[in-house]
Amino acid sequence: MARIIVVTSGKGGVGKTTTSAAISSGLALRGHKTAVIDFDIGLRNLDIVMNCERRVVYDFVNVINGDANLRQALIKDKRVENLYILPASQTRDKDALTVEGVEKVLTDLAADGFEYIICDSPAGIEHGAFMALYFADTAIVVANPEVSSVRDSDRILGILQSKSRRAENGERVEECLLLTRYNPERVAKGEMLAVADVEEILATKLLGVIPESETVLKASNQGVPVIHDATSTAGQAYTDAVARLLGDDVEHRFINMEHKGLFKRLFRRSA
Amino acid sequence: MDSKSQNAELPFASTAQFRLKAGLFPLTQLDISHYERDAFTEQLAQKAAEAPAFFQHTPVVLNFDTFEGTLTPPLGEICGLCREHGLMPAALRSGDDAILTQATDLALAIMPAGKTKVSEVASTAPPAPDPAPAKEEAPSPEPLPSAGPTKVVNTPIRSGQQVYAAGGDLIVLSSVSAGAEVLADGNIHVYGALRGRALAGVRGDTSARIFCQSLEAELVSIAGNFKLDEDMRAEHWKAPRQIHLDEQTLVIQPLS
Repeated sequence: MARIIVVTSGKGGVGKTTTSAAISSGLALRGHKTAVIDFDIGLRNLDIVMNCERRVVYDFVNVINGDANLRQALIKDKRVENLYILPASQTRDKDALTVEGVEKVLTDLAADGFEYIICDSPAGIEHGAFMALYFADTAIVVANPEVSSVRDSDRILGILQSKSRRAENGERVEECLLLTRYNPERVAKGEMLAVADVEEILATKLLGVIPESETVLKASNQGVPVIHDATSTAGQAYTDAVARLLGDDVEHRFINMEHKGLFKRLFRRSA
Repeated sequence: MDSKSQNAELPFASTAQFRLKAGLFPLTQLDISHYERDAFTEQLAQKAAEAPAFFQHTPVVLNFDTFEGTLTPPLGEICGLCREHGLMPAALRSGDDAILTQATDLALAIMPAGKTKVSEVASTAPPAPDPAPAKEEAPSPEPLPSAGPTKVVNTPIRSGQQVYAAGGDLIVLSSVSAGAEVLADGNIHVYGALRGRALAGVRGDTSARIFCQSLEAELVSIAGNFKLDEDMRAEHWKAPRQIHLDEQTLVIQPLS
């Protein structure tokens, strides 16, 4: 049975696509056959973050419409074995996704031996986001440590537990929170919400805290998911998050302010 | 990044005059079991005297599902009497064709008949108002019922969700998020933080109370009397509190 994981947030620009790329790469690095699907029809981005935009021939909507089969549309990642990308269509709109169409793609992927299917949700709570979350077994809710992002995450958690297929069958979607762009120094100054505050407001399990890092932006521009950068704190934090997703007990890091030693102050590392 | 998709869905066209939106409005149901003009008028006047605040253009659903009389009741006359006493018949529920014909002539909305169970699941956008009290039998007209079944919710109530305990109490074992709304005909208990809106006694039960472990609400209301967060921040904020109504005034007290 494939585990279907939606990466969602409600709010835009909090790091869903970065997270989808990092988590799917991380799962594949751990040896699991993984597919990552871009549900942001019309605003395709995942292919850029995964550096396969020039290899897109057929897309998700082509597969749903029967213009291409799944094998033709899946792009094999060049860095990691076991990782495949199903890109979004850039020319259609989100209404091209249907419940039946999405279900068939997910069922076919599972039948093909995929263990994990990561659904990269568009922002908002409209049709595209609904399609991305409807079949989810697990939801990774991405939030930034600020009030409006947390509020939107709360809203999306409500939708997950009332409108998804699991909810319709009287089951719960497993939910977990991934806090991104976290900066302990700004938390200490009172400019950002602390992890504990967000956990308290959302009352949900913490999957990980990704520290604010320049390497994240650099990684998406270069098309290398940040998890491949083992020297960056963000990369390490994503590796930890993947381990927790697989059931490992890993202590949370990067939550507290780093004590800057003399060595660090002399050789300022950019990470 | 995907921030652009925030703007992908345009708001409705600027020429649109309206848009349709689902809403959940708690409505009082008037279960009519017998009709005899004088007795009916007398009982209405008596109830109106008991709870004058409630009988002020209050919309009601006339329910004839439990009507035991043999003659078809004169609907126009009943509506007239209700209006005289501050009730506005807005809709009707009945399985009787003769009554339904009268309702159509009087331009009353017709509600689906014979439904006595309310959906248990919290939903984000209830499709239609469904204020059916979960009572199996209704021996006499009771405008202010609050002794129905208790609804218990184990999960957090999230922003945008609305949970209504029709005819009884609501118990929330987790938190009520900002932007969420909990309503009950009876009392509301919240064993987590109450950050959203809580409305107890929505059908006019002035003895309803609200209990919470941490009062951080946007609004609390009992039988239509409400307080906003700014009225509570100074003294009662983030503390365990109970709220009850005393002579039209909300009283907030420590829970101890």
